[in-house]
Amino acid sequence: MSRIDDILTQLETISRNPRAQLDACLAAGKKAVGVMPYFCPEELVYAAGMQPFGLWGADMVCDQSRRYYPAFICSILHSVLELGITGKLAGLSAIMIPFSCDSLKGMATNWEVSVKDIPVINVAYAQNRKIDAGTEFTASQLRKIRGQLAEIAGREITDADIAAAVEVYNADRAAIIAFADAAGKHPKLVPAAKRSAVIKAGFFMDRAEHAKLLTELAELLAAEPGDRGYIRVVTTGILADSPALLEIFEENRICIAADQIAAESVDARTQTPVTEDPIIGMAERYGKLEGCSILFDPGKQRGKELVELAKQAGAEGIIWVMTKFCDPEEYDFVPVKRMADAAGIRVLSLEVDRQMVNYEQIRSAVQAFAEMC
Amino acid sequence: MEEKKSAKVILRELQDKIAQDVWDAKNRGEKIGWCASNFPQEITTAMGIQVTYPENMGAAVGAKGGGQRMCEYAEGMGYSNDLCSYSRINFAYADLKECAEQEIPMPDFLLCCNNICNCMMKWYENLALELDIPLLMIDIPHLDKYTCDEDRIRYIRAQFDDCVRQLEEITGKKMDWDHFREVMDVSQRSSRAWLRAIASMSATPSPFSGFDIFNNMAVACVGRGTVAAAEAFEALADEYEELAAKGETTFKGEEKHRILFEGIACWANLRFTYKALQSRGINLTASVYGPAFSFLYQNMDELMAAYAYVPNSNCFERELEMRVKDAIAHKVDGAVFHMNRSCKNWSGNLYELERRFREETGVPTVMFDGDQSDPRVFSEAQYETRVEALAEIMDERKRAKEAQA
Repeated sequence: MSRIDDILTQLETISRNPRAQLDACLAAGKKAVGVMPYFCPEELVYAAGMQPFGLWGADMVCDQSRRYYPAFICSILHSVLELGITGKLAGLSAIMIPFSCDSLKGMATNWEVSVKDIPVINVAYAQNRKIDAGTEFTASQLRKIRGQLAEIAGREITDADIAAAVEVYNADRAAIIAFADAAGKHPKLVPAAKRSAVIKAGFFMDRAEHAKLLTELAELLAAEPGDRGYIRVVTTGILADSPALLEIFEENRICIAADQIAAESVDARTQTPVTEDPIIGMAERYGKLEGCSILFDPGKQRGKELVELAKQAGAEGIIWVMTKFCDPEEYDFVPVKRMADAAGIRVLSLEVDRQMVNYEQIRSAVQAFAEMC
Repeated sequence: MEEKKSAKVILRELQDKIAQDVWDAKNRGEKIGWCASNFPQEITTAMGIQVTYPENMGAAVGAKGGGQRMCEYAEGMGYSNDLCSYSRINFAYADLKECAEQEIPMPDFLLCCNNICNCMMKWYENLALELDIPLLMIDIPHLDKYTCDEDRIRYIRAQFDDCVRQLEEITGKKMDWDHFREVMDVSQRSSRAWLRAIASMSATPSPFSGFDIFNNMAVACVGRGTVAAAEAFEALADEYEELAAKGETTFKGEEKHRILFEGIACWANLRFTYKALQSRGINLTASVYGPAFSFLYQNMDELMAAYAYVPNSNCFERELEMRVKDAIAHKVDGAVFHMNRSCKNWSGNLYELERRFREETGVPTVMFDGDQSDPRVFSEAQYETRVEALAEIMDERKRAKEAQA
C-alpha cells in the first residue's frame, strides 16, 4: 500500500466511525465537547485541552427526534438530536449549539428536554459582523463560552492556550485548502468519497494531527501526475458527505475541483488573524468568513466567490448539493444561480437528505449533467 | 350631528391612511422603504420616513385569495415551496410589480430586523440584490437567557445609531432626538392601550371575538408611534371595557368555550378557521399577538431590550411564560396550536411548547398543520376534526365541572 493510500485509509476509518474516536478519547481520560454547525469556536475547546467533536448528523432514519422537531426541519438537526436521544453521543461533556438559522434556534431547547445529561453551550455571534460593534459582541460571547468551557475542563484557559489553539487551527485550515486543491487534480487517486472523508475526519481528531496528515498527503499528491478525462465541478452547499451521492459522482467521472461546502472548505478558507487578545482575532475571523448562506451577506459575496472558484478551477459546472429543508440555502439558490448563469456556468441542483435511501433521481440528473459537459 | 365613529372604523380608516401616506410620499419623490414588521418603528416614525411592510402585504394578499397564485409565481422563479409564504408573495411582487389583491409602492431602501426570524435576513438580502437598493439591518441575536444582557443591548444600540446615520444619508431627513423621545412616549401610550384592549378579553364573556385581534394588528405593528394610533387604541380599549362592564360581547352566539390560538393566522383560510370555532361557541381569548406588538420601555436601553423580547426571539422559558400567563389571565378552556409550514422559527419548539403549555395550564390542546398565506398546506378536514375533538373534550370538562358545582 502506498503512503497515499495509507493516509487515505487512516482518515477514512476515522470519518466512518466517529464513535470509536470518541471512545478512544474518553478512554484516554480526555473530555470531548460536541460542536454543531456552524462556525462554533472549536479553538476554545481545544485550548481547554478537550477534544472538539463535530456534529453534522448521520445518514439514518430518525424516530425519536420527531417528538421535538416537525418533519420539515433539516435532517442534520433531526439526526443530531436522534443521536443524542438514543445515547449515541454519551460521554460528551457538553454540546455547543449556535443560533445560526431559524431551525437551530429551537435546537438548544429540544436538546435540553430530551438529552438531559449533556449540557448545552449556546453560541451567539453577530450577523452585522463587519462593523466594530459586531466584532465586540462576538468577542463578548466568546469570552462567556471560554468561561463555560473552563468550568467543564476544570482548568483555566489562558490567552496563551487560545493563541496556541488558533495556530493549530490556522495550520489545519491551510492544510485542508492545500489538500482540496491537490485532490482536485487527482480524482483517480482521491475520488469524491475519499476526498470528503479526509476533510470530515478533522471533526473527530486532533487538528494538529489532521493538519500533519493532510499536509503530507498534499505533498505526496503534488508529486503524482494529474488525472485527465474527468468532468471538473465546484460543489456548493452545506453538506456533501453522502456515500451514495459521492459514488454517483465517481460513476460519472466527476472531479470536485473545488468546493464551497460549509462542512468542507468554507470554514478553512478564512484564517484567524493573530491579535494580542486572541479572542478578538477569533471574533474578527467571523467577520471575514464568506461563502455560506447562514452568514449575513448583503451583496451575495457567496455568489461572486462561487463564480470565481469555478473560473479558477477551470470547472465545467457547479453542483449545488441542496440540503432539504435548509431555507438559507433555498433563499441563496435563486440569486446565486443567476450569478452563475450570467457568468455562463451551468448549475445542477441536487436535493439531498440524511434520511434518503433512493438516489435514482439524483443518478439520472448527474448522468444528464455529465452528458452535457 | 355626525355620529361617533366606532374604534373599529377609526382603525380601518387609519390603516388605509397609513398605506396612502406611503404612496403619497413616493409620489412626492420622497425615498420610501420596505420594512420588517418588528424593526424599531420609533426610528422611521421620528424621522418622518414612510415605510411599508411586505409581511402585512403577504397577509392581506393571502386573506384576499392571492396567496397561492403569488407563491406559485415565486416558485417559478426558482424559490422552493419550503420557504416562508410571505417572502414568496413578496418576491413575486418585486418581480411583477403588480398584484390584484394589494399593491405597495416599490422601495428605495430596505430595513431589516431579524428578531422575528433569520429568514428575514436572507429574504431582504435577495430583495436588495434584485432591486439594487441599500439594505440596513439591525441584528438582534436570539436570547439565550431570560433577560437581554448588556452585551446585546450595547450591540443593538450601536446598530441603532448606525442605522439612523445611514437613513439620514439615504433620505436626507435628519433625526430630531427630542421628537424621538416624544415618539417613544406615544408608542408607550399605544402599547398600553393595545394591551388594555387585549386585557379586556379576561371578562366573561370576552367583549369581542378574538379574531378581531388579527384585523387590528396591522395598525399595532406599523402605526403605534403616532398619536392617531394611540387615540384609536384608547377608543378601542374603552369600547371593549364598556362592553365587558355591561356583560356584552360582539362575539356571535353564546361563548361556551374560550381558547388560546397559537401562531400566525391562516390568512387564506381565516373565515373557515373562525367559523369552525365560532359555530361551536368557541371564542379566541388569548393570542401571542397581544404582547407581540406592544413594546414597553422607560429608556433607550430598555427600548433596545424590548425588541429582543419579541415572540420567537426569546429563550423558551420566556416564550412559554408569555402563553401561560396570557391563557390563565384570559381564562382559557383549551388551545389550538398552528404548526405553520412557513415558519421554522415558530415551529422548531412547538411540540414542546404544546406539551409544557398543557402541563402548566391543565387545559386540552390540539395542533393542526397550516400556513400563514399558502392555502395549499391547510386541510379543512384536518382542522375541523381537531377542533371537533377539542370541543368534545372541553364540553366534557365543562359538564363535569358543572356537575361538581
